[in-house]
Amino acid sequence: MSTTRDRILRVLGDVVPELEPSEIKPAANLRDQLDLDSMDFLNFMVALHKEFGVDIPESEYRKFLTLDSCVQYIESAKGAQPC
Amino acid sequence: MAEFRMPKLGADMSAGKLVAWRKQPGERFERGEIIAVVETDKTAIEIESFATGVLEKILVEPGDARIPVGTPLAIMAVEAGTLPPAEAPRAEAAAPRAAAPAPRPAAAPRAPVPEGARAKASPVARRRALELGIDLAIVTGTGPEGRVTLEDVEQASSARPAPSPAAAAPESRQQRMRDAIATSMARSKREIPHYYLATTIDMAKLDAWLEAANRERPITARLLYGVLLVKAVALALREVPELNGFWIEGRAAQSEAIHPGVAISLRGGGLVAPALHDADKRTLDDLMAAFTDLVKRARVGSLKSSEVIDPTITITSLGERGVESIFGIIYPPQLALVGFGKPVERPWVVEGKVCARKVITATLSGDHRATDGHRGALFLDALGRLLQEPEKL
Repeated sequence: MSTTRDRILRVLGDVVPELEPSEIKPAANLRDQLDLDSMDFLNFMVALHKEFGVDIPESEYRKFLTLDSCVQYIESAKGAQPC
Repeated sequence: MAEFRMPKLGADMSAGKLVAWRKQPGERFERGEIIAVVETDKTAIEIESFATGVLEKILVEPGDARIPVGTPLAIMAVEAGTLPPAEAPRAEAAAPRAAAPAPRPAAAPRAPVPEGARAKASPVARRRALELGIDLAIVTGTGPEGRVTLEDVEQASSARPAPSPAAAAPESRQQRMRDAIATSMARSKREIPHYYLATTIDMAKLDAWLEAANRERPITARLLYGVLLVKAVALALREVPELNGFWIEGRAAQSEAIHPGVAISLRGGGLVAPALHDADKRTLDDLMAAFTDLVKRARVGSLKSSEVIDPTITITSLGERGVESIFGIIYPPQLALVGFGKPVERPWVVEGKVCARKVITATLSGDHRATDGHRGALFLDALGRLLQEPEKL
């Protein structure tokens, strides 16, 4: 079964087709690493919402700064499988 | 019968690569349907038909050759009356009529237009002549009082020797995009006497409105800050329309339609600025959906020809990269460019008291041939005012 991290990376790969999952630094800023703009980021939030069924208020966007923090947020929101 | 030619899809385009036909010989197409895909130095573009008809014969097969603008690509039978009438001005690079009238017998010669005089010609004929690189002064006009018609221009074009396809450029796509940008930007700086204005706009009301609006919306229907800025620019252009249009043949030609081109950076480098059509008339939700779709298609290389041709002004922002103000270079033959910087908190005086306030720097690059700084200042003033009433956008 895919881990939360794998699923997030897959979702991110849909938003940024050029993404190389192995090159993502889990503790580094995603926007900076992937040159995400606000449209990319909104698409990422929408895709996470669809993938995990979690509601993500706009005020919580800042918690999706890094891959690690994305995993943490989603797992605490859904109690998903630990990675 | 009519010819479908390699369209000119930007001021910087001299040739394009035919990637695919979307219609086959014998197939019917409606006006607005995609009939071919052309790759420019910047991106792949879906070419829409500007008439209804049937594709009769394909003259050029898809391939790697870079085909000069104006080269006949196919023959088509166009239904009478489906070609658009002479409409509002479009970019000189614009109006790639999918179908152009076929050559007809030469008309009786008339006296040439004296040097320096402006040849009489219909607006659509002028634009077509610009597209095809034809000097109107040497075209024999068959219209009333010797006026040059669209048919005259087409005939003059068909009488020229056909250009041969250029050899495929050895440079990479990225290099060609840089070359294209270099060409248009150098032309802009060479030809357009820019003036630059800047203003600081209080964004507190817009920020609060957007936050409240998005709180009520499902995540799939949330709005982005940038969409409100685009709408405000479009409405401000209604008040100062002199900034919306093109510089064509030594004159400013305002466009009634307001089609802001929004600068979108591409991941491989470079940028495109396709049109958000009729931005002044659309709701924020509609604009947001259109913007989302436009960004997505820009990045996968499936823009439509009308989106590339139609922008009447450009809007750019580098705020997300931390830039506080941007003084952009006008994309010729447009008349202006609007820039937005990063929203930042600054000390701001409200009713005599200093408080922390989120503000944004809006800039205008204007073509001084078309407008003066006073009109530009009125535009920025209108923009700032409109952004104080976000609920009305």
